[in-house]
Amino acid sequence: MKPVIFIALLFISTSVVGQKYISEKSNIVFFSSALLEDIEARNEKAKSVFNADNGDIVFSIPVNQFQFAKSLMQEHFNEKYMESDKYPKTIFKGKVLDFEKGSENNNVWTEGELEIHGVKRNVKIQGNLIFKGEKVIIESKFIVKLEDYEIEIPKLLFQKIAEEVEVTVNFEYKRYEK
Amino acid sequence: MKNKYVVFAVLLFFSFPVCAQDDLLDLLDETDESVNYTIATFKGTRIINGHSTKLRKKKVLEFLISHRFGRINNGIYEFFGLDEANIRFALEYGITDVLNIGVGRSSFDKTYDGFVKWKFLRQKTGAQRSPVSMALFSSYAINSMRAEGQNINFEDRIGYTFELLIARKFNSDFSFQLIPGMVHLNSVPSAQDDNDIYYLGGGLRYKLTRSFALTMEYYYRFNPLTSTETFDVIGFGFEIETGGHVFQLLFTNTLAPFEKGFITETVDEFWDGDIRFGFNISRTFQLGQKRKW
Repeated sequence: MKPVIFIALLFISTSVVGQKYISEKSNIVFFSSALLEDIEARNEKAKSVFNADNGDIVFSIPVNQFQFAKSLMQEHFNEKYMESDKYPKTIFKGKVLDFEKGSENNNVWTEGELEIHGVKRNVKIQGNLIFKGEKVIIESKFIVKLEDYEIEIPKLLFQKIAEEVEVTVNFEYKRYEK
Repeated sequence: MKNKYVVFAVLLFFSFPVCAQDDLLDLLDETDESVNYTIATFKGTRIINGHSTKLRKKKVLEFLISHRFGRINNGIYEFFGLDEANIRFALEYGITDVLNIGVGRSSFDKTYDGFVKWKFLRQKTGAQRSPVSMALFSSYAINSMRAEGQNINFEDRIGYTFELLIARKFNSDFSFQLIPGMVHLNSVPSAQDDNDIYYLGGGLRYKLTRSFALTMEYYYRFNPLTSTETFDVIGFGFEIETGGHVFQLLFTNTLAPFEKGFITETVDEFWDGDIRFGFNISRTFQLGQKRKW
């Protein structure tokens, strides 16, 4: 009988102690300043889970959900740059370093692996981690270089886009309950 | 007996911290209800002469110029057909993302035409699935040629087309489309001709690089006109995409870049060398307010 209780306890402990948060609102904007026109796209369909116990955090961003002002640009973005049929998701797996649980003012670094366009790279990104009552908010702004992720710009395309894009990330989390 | 439990418990204990981030990812996948629509099955609203399941998005206006030259086998004197030019100008517009309309004017028979295309099914994967995209297409064409000494009723100048477009993108490079359809002619040259001409078309696109693709198209008619000799329309093309433009360079055996014309009035036999060079050039404009997020 004893081992059964032990195993049962083990199960309960891992599920109760893990204080996980899941995103309920998300907004990712990328901005590229180019010669002819600035290009901006917005994605509200990204999802994320954050474990407040150990700082583990993951993001999953459906590439084809970026909305552009011009529909043709959106098609080019998916078909020619990001090849979103081959690489449908951009994924970040990482850990938030040195944060104070419950604090409203954590300026933190997050270290992990960012996968864009099928290319994985280790990155370190700075951002804010805010505990607000039952909620958690994460904000960050960083630069992505297209060539780092082997995103080529077709020579024939008239809409030239910049080699670097600025990415702004805003996520709001709620407690995850099974 | 006891050992077994201990080993099991220890394994269980270790399994959690090792792939904690992947567990979090799995948790996201469980809650994933997104639908992935297949995009860019065809890049042009035409494959060569006929329509594809491509629609212009809402508030996008397309200006389409289709040129068909004379027969290449006319030789150097006619500069391989380039001296003779037939043109269709058209304005085509996205009322919604799934409903397009258009009007055009062709030199061939001085024809005015108009069409409606409704895409009622999109190829998709994910939480919802569909293996194909489908669209309904209907057009009319009015021949406005003067007929010396004859009085042709207006109704007799009209032909209608109805098509079902079924397209599938098999992989990122290869797309295929089937086009069962019918042209109804209000008047036919002779009493033995059918007014309703049924056909099955096939078209494909094969992408060579990100901006270049090969296209092919063929329409088989089950009951062509019998009083005049006409042929099935066939075409081979090369597609170049540059930003807001799609250039389609093509070789075909018809002068008429609209359904009634190329189904019922193609008088050249491709395999006898009666091939015409042509191109479709399309320029799109995004009209109205920018899309709201």
